Amino acid sequence: MKSAVLTGEHFINGDEACAEGAIAAGCMFFAGYPITPATEVAEQMALRLPDVGGTFIQMEDEIAAMTCILGSAWTGAKSMTATSGPGFSLMMETVGLAVVTETPCVVVNVQRSGPSTGLPTQGAQADMMQAKWGSHGDYEIIAIAPSSPQEMFNLTITAFNLSETYRVPVFIMSDEIVGHMSEKVVIPPAGKIRTVSRPKPKGRKENFKPYAPGPKGVAPMPAIGEGYNVHVTGLTHDEKGYPVMSVDTQKEMMARLLGKIRNNLQDIILTEDYQLADAEIVLISYGVAARTSYTAVQTARRMGIKAGLLRLITVWPFPDDRIQALAEQVKAFVTVEINMGQICREVQRCAQGRARTYFVGHPGGAIIPPADVMAAIKEAMQAK
Amino acid sequence: MSTVYNLKKEAEKPPRLTGGHRLCAGCGAGIVVAGVLRALNPEDRAVVVNATSCLEVSTFMYPYTAYMDSYIHSAFENSAATCSGVEAAYNALKRRGKVDGTVKFITFAGDGGTYDIGFQSLSGAMERGHDMVYICYDNEAYMNTGIQRSSSTPRHTRTTTSPVGVVQPGKKQNKKDLTDILVAHNIPYVAQTAPVGKFRDLHTKSHKAIYTEGPCFLNVLAPCPRGWDYPMAKLAEITQLAVDTCVWPLFEVEEGVWRLSYEPKKKLPVVDFLRTQGRFRHMFQKGNDWMIEEAQAFVDRKWERLLVRTEA
Repeated sequence: MKSAVLTGEHFINGDEACAEGAIAAGCMFFAGYPITPATEVAEQMALRLPDVGGTFIQMEDEIAAMTCILGSAWTGAKSMTATSGPGFSLMMETVGLAVVTETPCVVVNVQRSGPSTGLPTQGAQADMMQAKWGSHGDYEIIAIAPSSPQEMFNLTITAFNLSETYRVPVFIMSDEIVGHMSEKVVIPPAGKIRTVSRPKPKGRKENFKPYAPGPKGVAPMPAIGEGYNVHVTGLTHDEKGYPVMSVDTQKEMMARLLGKIRNNLQDIILTEDYQLADAEIVLISYGVAARTSYTAVQTARRMGIKAGLLRLITVWPFPDDRIQALAEQVKAFVTVEINMGQICREVQRCAQGRARTYFVGHPGGAIIPPADVMAAIKEAMQAK
Repeated sequence: MSTVYNLKKEAEKPPRLTGGHRLCAGCGAGIVVAGVLRALNPEDRAVVVNATSCLEVSTFMYPYTAYMDSYIHSAFENSAATCSGVEAAYNALKRRGKVDGTVKFITFAGDGGTYDIGFQSLSGAMERGHDMVYICYDNEAYMNTGIQRSSSTPRHTRTTTSPVGVVQPGKKQNKKDLTDILVAHNIPYVAQTAPVGKFRDLHTKSHKAIYTEGPCFLNVLAPCPRGWDYPMAKLAEITQLAVDTCVWPLFEVEEGVWRLSYEPKKKLPVVDFLRTQGRFRHMFQKGNDWMIEEAQAFVDRKWERLLVRTEA
């Protein structure tokens, strides 16, 4: 059997790095369906998983792929699927099922330009709101935005760790540009990689309550076949897993589902500060758009403008507190993202009118030129 | 339709899938589509419905189109539903006297869009009984995304998601019998064909499918030089071998009656077909004889069953 962790330096693309990150995180099950530009994740998993004792299954569509990883997760496996826009849309009903059944799983969306078929071979970041709200009902999920092939590796491990910790679907919101970009990726020795597995029940098997919250509000999760009675259902259910059609149970269940994310924001939210300490103009960006934002900050600094960047590594849950605090200190926020206005609205909401907000967007198909960001920075500086 | 098929005469008709499209040289799909559309009576119009596929991205990039007829593409999984809707709209217009002439509804989809993601949509359309033809051009993998296995890919085939290695010998599962499943829909006409010889079989079955009232289905073998890994000039030879080895038998089921369309004078061993393609190369490595034996046994079993079914 080959090693699960290919320690060393590699020159690979983001999709392949994502697959390697998953395997390094302990993912032993992948169900997928071909779609540009995410196919390479499936191909790499198909190539590698059999060699490390894992299972790759190609399903008949994305509905099946998403459903399949929920089933495998309940057998105890760390599970993943990967897709792009149209497939992501097909997965949405089952995303809600994953949330309500508190099934840990990782869903990679290598975003391409939409809507619909859009630009199938070109990148975008326009599924950010879909990741948050695409399935029906209220819920909280975690979404991560890698900016490089190295981060596709690192943050896929983070995604699994968060998913296992909080029993929640975690989305890796990559894009075609990062997915198809080849760069150096350093894979550390297996011993240096921190992996987390879901909390397991230890107590008596009689009268077991599969949804009774433990530490951090997360219920320990047995695998099917371990002897615990579990009922996995999309219906509103109580701590025992019994469907109960009452307002009180709905309130209780929703408080738990939302609470395990909302009450652990400090543990979940990841951001990177770049030249932020004295910044007057703060760029907010994530994923591939953050790469051009660094350049804009450097250019602005050279011109004597105090610009900085808050890079969102996790986009969901949104860092409300951080942006509210920054709004008290800075002149303006400039949100940079490859869509026509999604996360900028969150920034505007959190700024609460205390700082001006600007948006540099792009309909998709290309990166945002640093000059476009500079234009917004200059406009923000000149505003009275 | 003229009673006697004459390739030369058929070839003289103006093509309804014109040249200049972007399909690969040596691709079976273009030949299949051109052959099917040639079976339309020249005075009739058609609406061509297409699932997401190589065919879609290569033949219709508006304003460029290879079709002389109307064309509609919506998504990957719903070409049969799309065709149903178009046919229903036509019927509504016809009832109100708002449309003249005969319009035929022809759907083309690959095996991924038919055997897998579009299967539900296909089954629904066939059951509802729309007057349409659904044609699967079967190249036995997802070629548009770069050769991933489908449920049509034969056992032991190498694809990018059924790689060959020490743990697994290519695809582990058997090819699905889609044509049989369509027969089980109890629709007026189901046939399996391939662009072989002088295209007589393809032409005759296409014409029958197009002009039989109600839902009809054709499964057509369409080799792919990229996915099957053969030199492009070998297309015709490989297609003929698929038929002569009984890997891809030609038959039709009309109102539930099975009929064999072609029985090879000499049934060739499957290995003659396998040898022509890189996707089966590992089957010829030392110690892998069992894969070839299994492939032969699979084909024989299905062929024998087909002979029983098609006995008058």
